[in-house]
Amino acid sequence: MTLWIFAVLAGLMAWAGVYLMLARQALRLALGLTLLGGAANIVVFAASGATQRAAPFVPVGAAAPAGPVADPLPQALVLTAIVIGFGLSVFALALAAAARRRLGTDDVEAMRAAEPLAEPHA
Amino acid sequence: MTWLVAAPLLIPFAGAAAALLARGRPGAPHAVALIACAAQLAAAAALFEAVWRLGPQAAAFGGWGAPVGIVLAADMLSAVMTLAAAVLGLVVALYAAADVGERGREAGFGGLFLLLLGGATGAFLTADLFNLYVWFEVMLIAAAGLLTLGGGAARLDAGIKYLTLNLIATLAFLSAVGLIYALTGTLAMSEMAARLADAPPAAREAAAMLLFAALAAKAGLFPLFAWLPAAYHTPPTAVTALFAALVTKAGIYALMRVFTVVFPDSMAAELLPAIAIATMVVGVIGAAAQIETTRILAFHIVSQIGYVALGLAIGSALALTGAVLYLLHNMVVKTNLILIAGVARRLGGGEHLDRAGGLYGASPALSALFLVSALAMAGLPPFSGFWGKLALSQAAVAEGDWAALAAILGVGFFTLYSMSKIWLKGYLKPRPQGAARGLTALPLRARVALAGPIAALAALSLAMGFAPEPFLLASERAAASLLDVEAYAAAVRGAVR
Repeated sequence: MTLWIFAVLAGLMAWAGVYLMLARQALRLALGLTLLGGAANIVVFAASGATQRAAPFVPVGAAAPAGPVADPLPQALVLTAIVIGFGLSVFALALAAAARRRLGTDDVEAMRAAEPLAEPHA
Repeated sequence: MTWLVAAPLLIPFAGAAAALLARGRPGAPHAVALIACAAQLAAAAALFEAVWRLGPQAAAFGGWGAPVGIVLAADMLSAVMTLAAAVLGLVVALYAAADVGERGREAGFGGLFLLLLGGATGAFLTADLFNLYVWFEVMLIAAAGLLTLGGGAARLDAGIKYLTLNLIATLAFLSAVGLIYALTGTLAMSEMAARLADAPPAAREAAAMLLFAALAAKAGLFPLFAWLPAAYHTPPTAVTALFAALVTKAGIYALMRVFTVVFPDSMAAELLPAIAIATMVVGVIGAAAQIETTRILAFHIVSQIGYVALGLAIGSALALTGAVLYLLHNMVVKTNLILIAGVARRLGGGEHLDRAGGLYGASPALSALFLVSALAMAGLPPFSGFWGKLALSQAAVAEGDWAALAAILGVGFFTLYSMSKIWLKGYLKPRPQGAARGLTALPLRARVALAGPIAALAALSLAMGFAPEPFLLASERAAASLLDVEAYAAAVRGAVR
């Protein structure tokens, strides 16, 4: 089985994603999220068992495919997840760019516009 | 019956598409949003009536039935949540007419609003785990769009934190779905428990923990709630109110569904009592440390989600009844308190309580509406929060869970403290500089659009307090349907293809 390759790959991508997200720059944060999303997609894809069976086509006139076929459902799921992940990645990148322009910094730690450090109050 | 289950979901999405297409015409997207919300309310009421009379309803799509295809299923809990979401959606949409500025509307407020409403409704109605993930992503992208509408430094900052932390949660959710599918070969939640029983325990627990962490972050449970108080005070009032009504509520609903139907017992479920109590306590302490109205209320959202989680942790029929009743009360009252805070800010009260004041003299009507909602939030009898807390307390006593009882009562006391703080500093104390204005200072249209929804929600909250029987009965049946996993599974299996 080649399943372990998927496990190692997902782990490496998650590691790289977390590493990037810890770098504090908004752009790297967005790229890290994208990599983490890729790792999750591989986990879902591996749910099909990573077999090398035939494509799940049903011959004309038959009710079921002839012989063992790959499970098509995880492939459909991962396709959905890729599309959603792409949309969110683009949004995250646009947000990072807008924040950098508006806040004058791309250091996530320095972004305190929403939660300014406490001023003492009576 | 198929269309009955799908209609509360299809209407907001059709509306969202229409609102986005009508973006060029001023006023048109909001009109579409109002019409769609009203239609969704009618559809949700029809679904509620059908489920009340006939039991769980289900519908399958695309010619594929339960173990493979996507099934929507509405039991009493789903129907109640859908109805509550529809009521609050309409009320907040009415308020938004006078609250969201021209820029926000041009940027697509109407469409995103309906998208968020539709996403939450989908989460309440789906019986398919991957589909649930998709609804959370729909809610996330709509919420992120609403949050950053029109830009602004605080909103962009909040948007980055909101998007990042929520995206990590949905990725954990997605990975958990992959693991569970690999273990069970199905995505229908009601089919999973039986198949998971034969799965290797380590794999099962890993999937359960991953799913639990993801949903706990979505619901705003300790220690994964940081995204919520970082963001909820930055967008227009109507957006915060809609978030308070739907976002964390979809998370806690999903926790209730998953941890009764899919993982009736797991290590994650054993952690839940401690996490629920920690959420209640940390949320209420966080609120006590704040001095700006909306930020106080945001921390209280966290604290009150803890109550619902505690009901789920205790797990008896009575505890779940209390949890559902408290959840319904909280959706209404918390939304209303945020709407009231928005009006208070306009009338010169301001967000920062040190600079606010004088509203009691300037606007007795608004003060009365706030007082009713604040007392309900604190759970004083005979207001609406009391009955849910009473049921939860009784359940804690029946189970001999004294820590839970202490948390329910103690956190209620601190909630009263925060509400008193807003009352004393924002309403009773004279305003330090300038004078607060009354409701009559607003133009007539704005006055009707802002005060009307608030009065309607206050009336609903009073009804829940003084005539709790119908709400209690609905919650009781919702809790019973949540525990009757067999009936839910049968409805999903029997979904018309």
